[in-house]
Amino acid sequence: MATEAHGEEAGGLVFHPMDQFMVEPLFGADVSWYTPTNVTLWMLIAVLTITGLLVVGTSRRALVPSRSQSVAELAYGFIYKMVEDVAGKDAVKFFPYIFTLFMFIVVSNFLGLIPMAFTTTSHIAVTAVLAVAVFVTVTVVGFVKNGAGFLGLFWVSSAPLALRPILAVIEIISYFVRPVSHSIRLAGNLMAGHAVIKVFAAFAPLILFSGIGILVTPLSILAITAIYALEILVAFIQAYVFTILTCVYLRDALHPSH
Amino acid sequence: MATETAAAHGAEAAGHAAESASACVGPSGGAVGLPQLCGEWMPNQIFWLVVTLIVLFLILSRVALPRIATVLAARKGAITSDLAAAEDLKAKAVAAEDAYNKALADARTEAQAIVAQNKAEMQAELDAAMKEADAEIAAKTAESEKAIGEIRAGAMDSVKVVATDTAEALVSALGGSADAATVKAAVDSRVKG
Repeated sequence: MATEAHGEEAGGLVFHPMDQFMVEPLFGADVSWYTPTNVTLWMLIAVLTITGLLVVGTSRRALVPSRSQSVAELAYGFIYKMVEDVAGKDAVKFFPYIFTLFMFIVVSNFLGLIPMAFTTTSHIAVTAVLAVAVFVTVTVVGFVKNGAGFLGLFWVSSAPLALRPILAVIEIISYFVRPVSHSIRLAGNLMAGHAVIKVFAAFAPLILFSGIGILVTPLSILAITAIYALEILVAFIQAYVFTILTCVYLRDALHPSH
Repeated sequence: MATETAAAHGAEAAGHAAESASACVGPSGGAVGLPQLCGEWMPNQIFWLVVTLIVLFLILSRVALPRIATVLAARKGAITSDLAAAEDLKAKAVAAEDAYNKALADARTEAQAIVAQNKAEMQAELDAAMKEADAEIAAKTAESEKAIGEIRAGAMDSVKVVATDTAEALVSALGGSADAATVKAAVDSRVKG
């Protein structure tokens, strides 16, 4: 995809829609596992943003909240209610874990919308770790809470007996596909949106090279604006979807009966 | 954005080509293939993600979430206690209204009782006065009747005396002599009849 784009430099236009996802070291040239890179930088910015909102913003502990405290309380109430409603009352002890995931994803998604920013959650390596962490947590919790009874999740007792083994195979496959879809959904959505914005951005300077640019440039700027608006929606919705799916999986672990 | 990065890549390109023969960075400094699928960048991302998540989890679970929970609980408590206080005050207002109404009703019944009592007293007084007046009237009537009776008896006696005298005079005038007893008996029988 990117290699093709490199080849086509039509009329001086430069297409590098994927370069925005490159991991670059902050110092030096090599990237080893501990090198501070733009990943580190943007994750640090995310941590600082969240801390600013949830710790500094609530430092007055006001009975009548300030704006930042309102946002913090809103986020708290939103996720708390989601965990309680979707995963059940006994899932509330996982609330800090789920809240951490949600805040990290939603803040990273929105930080990624800043021009020139690096979107950490557009990387499959990042979302896969998040999804695998959820998968492992859910599986461990399921077996610890229910013992072998957790396997009842795969044995659809409401189906006819003859169908149950087949359904069990399907259920097991779908269970193991969960982390894949869980992670690719998030990374894919963000990557696609950012790449599309970049492609339209590459068309924008056409007016400098060609007469048809009079038509193309305003259109591409309009398209960037529209896609950006869509991406704002996606940034929140994907964080929401990731979190609510985590709650759904957690409910399965706590109450495996269908 | 695109042009800027392109310029940057141009500058970097020489460096990259010379220093690191990375499988994910092309000769022009751009990405080769999908950067997301570049295996040599993944350990770095995973490492920093894990560090970030642990730090974030500690900050949130130790500081931010307990604090927000406390604030929310305090607010809920304040609202609940305010509501309770309002309920209390409302109950007090209702009690006060009840007391007022009760006092009003009491006063009314008392007033009615007083009115009835006064009426009864006046009636009794009136009755007594009436009785007294009746008695007086009866006494006066009796007295008058007695006086009339006396007058009547007096008149009867006078009539007898006059009749006897007249009868004696008539008898003597006619040349008879009448003894007094016979005349009296005759007069008596005539007057009675």
